[in-house]
Amino acid sequence: MNWDQIIEFSLRSAFGSEAIVYAMAAIGLNVHFGYTGLLNFGQAGFMAVGGYGIAASVTTFGLSFWVAVPIGILAAIVFALLLGAPTLRLRADYLAIVTIAAAEIIRIVVGSVSLQEYFGGRDGLQEFNDSFVAINPYDSSVNMVLFTLRPNDAWVFTVGWIMVGLACLLVWALMRSPWGRVLKSIREDEEAVRSLGKNVYSYKMQALVLGGVLGGIAGFLVALDQAAINPENFSTDVTFFAYTVLILGGAARVLGPVVGAIMFWFLISVLGNFFTQATAGDNPLISPEIMTGTQASLVRFIAAGLGLVLLVIFRPQGIFGDKREIALDAR
Amino acid sequence: MRKLFIALVLTLVGGLLGAGALAGAGPAAADGGSSGEDKLSINAKLIDTSGGKSEPVAGVDIVVTGADGEAVGTATTDDEGIAAVPIPQGGEYTVSIDTNTLPENTFLTDPDRTKATVNVLGFDATVQFPIGPDTRNLETWVDRLPDLLMQGIKFGLLIALAALGLSMIYGTTGLTNFAHGELVTLGGILTWTLNRQAGLPVLWAGVLTVIIMAGVGALQDLGFWRPLRDRGSGNIALMIVSIGFGLFLRNVYQYFFGDDTRAYSEYTSQGPLDLPLVEPTPKDLVIIAVAIAVLVVVSLLLARTRLGKATRAVADNPSLAASSGINVAQVITVVWIAGTALAGLSGVLLGVDQQVEYQMGFKILLLVFAGVTLGGLGTVWGAMLGSLIVGIMIEMSTLVVPAELKYVGALVLLILILLVRPQGILGRRERVG
Repeated sequence: MNWDQIIEFSLRSAFGSEAIVYAMAAIGLNVHFGYTGLLNFGQAGFMAVGGYGIAASVTTFGLSFWVAVPIGILAAIVFALLLGAPTLRLRADYLAIVTIAAAEIIRIVVGSVSLQEYFGGRDGLQEFNDSFVAINPYDSSVNMVLFTLRPNDAWVFTVGWIMVGLACLLVWALMRSPWGRVLKSIREDEEAVRSLGKNVYSYKMQALVLGGVLGGIAGFLVALDQAAINPENFSTDVTFFAYTVLILGGAARVLGPVVGAIMFWFLISVLGNFFTQATAGDNPLISPEIMTGTQASLVRFIAAGLGLVLLVIFRPQGIFGDKREIALDAR
Repeated sequence: MRKLFIALVLTLVGGLLGAGALAGAGPAAADGGSSGEDKLSINAKLIDTSGGKSEPVAGVDIVVTGADGEAVGTATTDDEGIAAVPIPQGGEYTVSIDTNTLPENTFLTDPDRTKATVNVLGFDATVQFPIGPDTRNLETWVDRLPDLLMQGIKFGLLIALAALGLSMIYGTTGLTNFAHGELVTLGGILTWTLNRQAGLPVLWAGVLTVIIMAGVGALQDLGFWRPLRDRGSGNIALMIVSIGFGLFLRNVYQYFFGDDTRAYSEYTSQGPLDLPLVEPTPKDLVIIAVAIAVLVVVSLLLARTRLGKATRAVADNPSLAASSGINVAQVITVVWIAGTALAGLSGVLLGVDQQVEYQMGFKILLLVFAGVTLGGLGTVWGAMLGSLIVGIMIEMSTLVVPAELKYVGALVLLILILLVRPQGILGRRERVG
């Protein structure tokens, strides 16, 4: 058992691109669920729209990368408006079902053979990030004390954490403004807010758009990190893990998603690396009859599912949250 | 006497092997044929069907080429229109026909199809070259309509079995159960295990599975959901719990079952029956019959019996039901038992219809939601009606959109319905917040 390696890999995962992407997606969900009480189960769809917005604009339509970025954001806004229009007047669980369905629609459509010439089918799209790589200031590997990053990873790492920082700052500023207070009151009691003359529908829509754009930016980060994009990056489980991240860190807290993402990926990665090592080699720690290498890679997802169940039951406020601020009781 | 008996047995075995080869049958035939691998051959068959007759075409040269492009052998069709070319071992071969040797006034149906590729497994393969003008009706959408309708009804009924439980559980407890698909999967996996590992026939494995699933339903409510309700957990909390629970179960299934798609030992490949309008396989008809029978029985139970009425009363208004003396907790447990058993049955039949894999239930979960929402969340009759419409729409939509996008139509419909009539077809207006 090589613990140094496990710790190194896990720290890289906890601060690397996985954590950055999920932190960003969960910050978006925090605006939806944490502050406004909207149950968006289609964050993977927003990520897909953003990521494919960039990738298809550059690869398929030959636009410049810097034009593609606003197109990706615009796509996320349009997606939010389309989803919000029919559902935001309805009860919370309708939004949940519609958003999860819409995310699946996006994933099936971009992965389809019929539209392969635009979205690349199952293989997805590549070669869209040359302009991004071209301005990479790092020309050698960066030593981060506990782990090292190759130049491209370091560039994504830098940009990613700056984006996460800016998003946190934005959420912090917005949520202490009068606008943010209206969102929080919608979460607590929609009728009361309506009786004060606020247009609840409009506020919910604005929150959906804001969180959706943050989700779209998470999709950008997926695309930039892998320098490629495919439909499997945006499966329904991505949304579920983003919820786990959000609830672990603490919903309705500015830094909740960030801490949640770091902890989630550290734990997932420790479990993954531990069981991979425990089942590898000629004389594995765990005999192959009990667990094979393939099964070892599933243990972390079993644990993630179990973790989400236990968290919601025993500590719905997560690490930082306040139990009174979590919208878990609405019907 | 003894000789006669042996001859009879040999004929029977030969006939069976031949039938297996003709049907292009499953793994069982492959095992049987592997012993005679040295006598493998590819049979090309030429039958002239022009003008409604059925005459073998003799004297046509057939060439068989291996995967490496080298000729393996040639043969000429005999009086039965069959040319047998022996091949050294299984694998991929190309069979081509020399059209110059065709008799006068005899043409291939498709003049461009002079070659066919066959993958020979452990038994003889037969290749046909249709001859004479194409007399089959070219399939138009009108011809496909009845078959698609039947497939849609079948799929809709499978969805309805799962949807009924989902809708009743939602109606009585307010839980939107995102782990319901995993109950469908469990039905399929249990049947597969009882069938393949314990050696039970599919029928008994299925019956036993539904009984076990009823027990799972009781356990799930008493051991998991009821304690959570008693703690006063909110509905959204429970919904997220069900998401985590589903994620957990899916990965546990994959852990033990792997990510292969597996078939039961029976009813795997069946030829279609030749009925007027539709061409169902026997198992299609059985699935439809079983699903309709079960749904009718459950509907009657809900409509007529005391417990059924109590269930609908709780779904309508739990507090009012409780104050009129109905034991709400007990009703909910019964709903969980029935709902889980129905979801299990859906999985059993889905496994017969398609095959079993660890995500089979998760893949139809959104369609189940679409059916339930379309019919009206929490209603019993709506769930069945909505599921049927979703199933039929999915299959019918393949007339217009590529098959790979057929689920998209149903999901778009789900969103459109919410736009126009959010309470669903049979739902009541005040259910909507």
